This record gives sequence, C-alpha cells and structure tokens, in this order.
Amino acid sequence: MGKNKPSDIEVKAFATHHVITQPNPLRTVLRRVEDEKDSDDPVARAEQALAGLSGEFKGWMLAEADRLSAAYAHIRQDGFNQKASEELFRAAHDIKGDAATFGFFHAGTVADSLCRVIEHAPDLKKVPSELIEHHINAIQAIVNDHTKFDATMVATELSRRLRRVADEYLAHANRDRPEHLEAILAPSIVPGE
Amino acid sequence: MFRIDFNKLRFLVCDDNPHMRRILRTLLHSFGAREVYEAEDGATALEMYTHYVPDIVITDWAMPIFDGLELAQMIRQPESKGNPYAPIIMLTGHSDKRRVTVARDAGVTEFLAKPISAKGLYQRILNVVANPRPFIKTKTYFGPDRRRNTSTAYIGPERRVGGEVEVLQQPSLLDKAKSSI
Repeated sequence: MGKNKPSDIEVKAFATHHVITQPNPLRTVLRRVEDEKDSDDPVARAEQALAGLSGEFKGWMLAEADRLSAAYAHIRQDGFNQKASEELFRAAHDIKGDAATFGFFHAGTVADSLCRVIEHAPDLKKVPSELIEHHINAIQAIVNDHTKFDATMVATELSRRLRRVADEYLAHANRDRPEHLEAILAPSIVPGE
Repeated sequence: MFRIDFNKLRFLVCDDNPHMRRILRTLLHSFGAREVYEAEDGATALEMYTHYVPDIVITDWAMPIFDGLELAQMIRQPESKGNPYAPIIMLTGHSDKRRVTVARDAGVTEFLAKPISAKGLYQRILNVVANPRPFIKTKTYFGPDRRRNTSTAYIGPERRVGGEVEVLQQPSLLDKAKSSI
C-alpha cells in the first residue's frame, strides 16, 4: 500500500489541540460495485471457511479447559501469586472470548463469571476455593458432555446458578468498595449478554 | 455499494492464543487478504509493525508481559519513526464500557468484543478503510478523533477549545534530515 508523504499531512492548530488530516491512505483498496447482481459475499465466504474449521473446535476447547484446570492446580499447590493469578485470569478470559465462536456458548458464560470473580474479588486468597473449583468443573463438564442431548439444558441452569452465586459473593465482598460495585453491576456492551 | 480489495492490504494480527490467531487468519484469508503477519505478544508485534509496516493492526487486549493496550500506546507515538496513524482494531473478551473507554483513550480505532464473527470483523475493517477519522493531538492524547458524533452539548473539563486556526505544514522528511545534521 502507498503511504502518504509527510507533505500531504495537514495540521490545524487550535488553542488546546491539533487536528491532523491526511488523504485516506487506504482509499485505493475501496472499489465501487455497480452490478447489483454481483454475488461475491466475503462474509459468507468467511463463515463457510469458519465452518470448515469446526471439526477442530472441540479439541481446541478441551485444550483451553485443560489449561484453565492446570492454572488452578498450580495455584492449589503453590498458592496465589501475581503470575499464577494472571495465568488463571487469562485462561478463563480466553475461554470467555473463544467459547461461543467454537460452539460452546455456556462454557463462555461460566468463564465470564469466573473472570468477574478474579477481577473484582478484593483478595483472591479469601475467595472460597469451592467457588473457583465449581466454575472450572462446570467448564470441564460442559466441554466434555457437549454432545449429550440434555447437556444444553443442564449447562444453561449451571451457568445461571454459578453467575448468581458469584455475583452474590462479589456484591458482599465489595460492599465497602462502591467503585467496584459499579463496575460489577455495569451492563455488558455485548448485545444479548 | 463498496467492496474492499483485501489482496492489497497488509494485516498484523497479535494474539497470544494460537486458536484465535488461526480463526483470524482464516477469516482474513477468506476475505481475500494475502499478507497476514502474526505475533503472539505485544513486543514481537511492535517489531513486526516496524518491519512490515502493516495497513491495519488487529490485536487482542489481554496478553502476558506487553499487552494490546501497551502495543496501541507504543504505535501511537507521534514522533516515532514508524507510522503512528495505522488503524488499530482491538479484539477482546472484555465487554464493559469502562474498558472501551480505556482502549479509546489509548488510540484504538475500533473495538470488537468477542465472540468474534465474520460480519463483525468485516464491518470494523470496512469502517477503518472507508471512514478514517482525523487524528487529534493534545497534551495527553494522540490518536483518532474520539468524537464519533458532533455535539455541542458537552461542557466537561475535556472539552476541546477552538480559537484561531493556523494551518501548519509538516516538514518533509528531507527537511527533517537536513535540520538534524
């Protein structure tokens, strides 16, 4: 791609700021399509390619769930420290972000609940170990029993209850920390969440 | 209707999770992109950014050591040798409004909350290609204009103040080089 020359960049100086404008360096990649019958649909093509990968999703989810379990096993052995806590959070956070794409929506919901506990608990050492373990066990169960016909119903109920228990704990633990309470209660920007 | 010639675009993807990198690579190649460079952490991404000069950066937020937010801040250095204007799309599992604000204030161009979809990614790319925003430089911020809409209603402390406009031409690279000798 061609880049703008510095002389193409215009800077307007105001009292408190500068506004910098330049010709759009990416304008040459835009192409007007006149033909209404043009059937090329890059989004549909990408969705099809994603569907082609779907055979690998279960294996990927199993690996992600095992990474989460390993992170917590490490903490149970050596206790919470910053590095271990960060790895536990990243493992849960990756599941939260990936699970729905891989077709494991409820694993993502439970991982989201676990992320909230890790992020908003005033002291991770004081979080009841059962609360963390139940989240991790639920994710393992959802991933492993994904294909069973009644799994969706169980996963829905499991994720709903875990989220309720986690939120009750966080509300209680943060009762003297209004800024955290506000963050905990703030709505998600993701539609439908 | 507009289409993007993805085969003319160079992407840099930064995500520590190999599965997510594979998903992103698959989506971008399916859109038609040929040049997709991948980094698994912010530090490697910054090196690749300088070396490959990508047109668009897609980065995760949560990564060990050097995260996506720091990567955005490093790219948005107005005096840097690299291109500080490249669009940055922040792709993340964080989904609360506070995080969006923090990313915006680091100079991120677009924010895409996971779970990722082909449509969501395509729309963000189309937006940065077709509707680039001017850049704003203040004492504390350098990045794309954070105002998506024109509003005169805001009267808070961060209201930008107008005043006499003075148009400055950027010195050419040659002039810069001459003055440094």
